[in-house]
Amino acid sequence: MRQLQYNEALNEALIEEMTRDEKVILIGEDVGAYGGVFKVSKGLLERFGPERIRDTPICESAIIGTATGAALMGMRPVAEISFIDFILLAMDQIGNHVAKIMQIAPGLLELPMVIRTEGGVGGGIGCQHSQSLEALFAHLPGLKIVMPSTPYDAKGLLKTAIRDNTPVMCIENKKLYALKGPVPEEEYFVPIGKADVKREGKDITIIATSFMVHEALKAAEALEKDGISAEVVDPRTLVPLDVDTLVASVKKTARALVVHEAVERCGIGAEISAVLNEKAYDYLDGPVLRHAGLNVSLPQNWHLEPVCIPSADSIREKVKSILG
Amino acid sequence: MESLKALDKGLVERMHEGMLRIRLFEETQSRLFKAGEQEGFTHLYLGEEAIAVGACLALNPDDFITSTHRGHGHMIAKGGDFKKMFAELYGRTPGACLGRSGSLHIADRGIGMLGANGLVGDGNPIAVGAGYSIRLRGTKQVVASFFGDGASNQGTFHESLNMAASFDLPVVFVLENNGMSCGTITASVCKVLQNLGDRAVAYGIPGENIDGMDVVEVYRTVGKAVERARAGKGPTLVNCQTFRHHGHFEGDIDVRTPQQIKEAQSHDAVADFEKRMLRDGLATEKSIRERRERIQALVDEAVDFARGAPKAPAADAMKFVYAE
Ligand SMILES: Cc1ncc(C[n+]2csc(CCOP(=O)(O)OP(=O)(O)O)c2C)c(N)n1
Repeated sequence: MRQLQYNEALNEALIEEMTRDEKVILIGEDVGAYGGVFKVSKGLLERFGPERIRDTPICESAIIGTATGAALMGMRPVAEISFIDFILLAMDQIGNHVAKIMQIAPGLLELPMVIRTEGGVGGGIGCQHSQSLEALFAHLPGLKIVMPSTPYDAKGLLKTAIRDNTPVMCIENKKLYALKGPVPEEEYFVPIGKADVKREGKDITIIATSFMVHEALKAAEALEKDGISAEVVDPRTLVPLDVDTLVASVKKTARALVVHEAVERCGIGAEISAVLNEKAYDYLDGPVLRHAGLNVSLPQNWHLEPVCIPSADSIREKVKSILG
Repeated sequence: MESLKALDKGLVERMHEGMLRIRLFEETQSRLFKAGEQEGFTHLYLGEEAIAVGACLALNPDDFITSTHRGHGHMIAKGGDFKKMFAELYGRTPGACLGRSGSLHIADRGIGMLGANGLVGDGNPIAVGAGYSIRLRGTKQVVASFFGDGASNQGTFHESLNMAASFDLPVVFVLENNGMSCGTITASVCKVLQNLGDRAVAYGIPGENIDGMDVVEVYRTVGKAVERARAGKGPTLVNCQTFRHHGHFEGDIDVRTPQQIKEAQSHDAVADFEKRMLRDGLATEKSIRERRERIQALVDEAVDFARGAPKAPAADAMKFVYAE
């Protein structure tokens, strides 16, 4: 199958949806001539012009607010906030408006908008450019949240998100943009709310998100040598969570470890762990455990980065300590 | 340009020394960064030296500054120590922030440098708070807040100017107008770019639009604003036109055309000032060369110091979360 980079797959999703529906627009800082900080909108300005590929001033709150207003009037905006860290400036718009408008005026208003952003540690760029803040948004009823880990999922989920009438946050990862993977030429969609078993196994379920899916897969491969067969499940969508797939996996393995880059405390692992406790308690041979980022602000120091987040090695060790 | 003869010779020398310190520090750092000795994110101040130097010469040692993502120049102009700075950029323990904050968040409270900043526009409200504390403590200090034309479109700019103006706080807002906001030409998202100083009218405070490539003009204008602030009469906005010589960050693909970059680099505050010094008999080719060699030796010494200094230990990653 054809190989595309993660950012190329996202780019293609935007091109296809913007070509199909002229209500789809892209708005954000540096999305035009610059092609986006992570080059997701490369070439779109030439293709769709400056009205639909809208460079904005630096004003995250107004970017999200503008997308919201446009969506209220029937447009289908995709708003880009390059680093999720900057989204904190737009928290009021997201928390008090984007997540709430449809519930304030039931049946009257739809809000078909997507907020594209990214998170994750990488490259030694410090605590204000490396956070994984997905859990903040999962705490706001009214938003769907997808976190694709492969080029295939990125394209399929972004296309589905753009066609959804509920606001969707698409949280990408800076270490994934250059990742290559198979992406079919023909059109396809990845459903929101559907987890994916990335690797089958029978001794333990590793539930990992975003970049950590790849670390978990590497760990699973290494664990094979230790005589442990690990299943790796990527929820892909955090809200709504595909509880059935997670429970089905745990039924089989009787053990679960949740892995994410975000700091451990109140991360999405806490929610997943609670859900499994409620729905899969009878099948578990031990507590659901978490392996996540340290509860610290990441230093801007590339030597210290690996200490702060899980890796294939640390996942492998953690699994061995659980089963050993 | 006006003659330098009317100025104190010592002041002229400090202006030259200050600009050269930034120029040689950053030219060296740029080379080391390219050579792969440092990682992460680094935004260079090259081209804009006259602003930090002119403004900081108008401040007292115990005055404060807030800075931006492009913060090395501000720190050097405020009296930053080369060794502490290079150690920080290399992630070493003698660094200004113990090697954990890097280029993007470098700070030194001891010299009144309250911090570089990874969030565009977030220094301004912090400067307002520092100004408020000065009033409460009755110390007659002043705060200079450096920020870019891009940052002037953030809500924080408007909120901060209004608040500082309403409370008559001792803050000087120094706008570094290089016409660029990362990969966006600011003029395409801002109608008043050349005269951003006029925005002061909206807050009832004085505003100036000056040539930020002329260190003397910056020194005089900021000096007047500092006097006003110290006298308890409130803030001033100083818009300094300037040019960014390098890409947005080191390694960036510049959105400007090669001609536009060349044109920006043809405006050189350091070279212009040296010509004036020669013209007005305040320096000779030899004295300029000697000053350059002396400063370059200090830079090289600091680099050697940093290379040889211990790396921040892994255990440091978990430290400093809570006050001791
Ligand atoms: C809140 C926030 N939004 C966006 C960014 C990304 N970003 C970093 S620097 C920059 C451009 C800043 O332009 P300006 O304020 O003019 O400063 P300059 O880079 O020209 O010195 C942008 C958009 C950021 N760091 N923080």
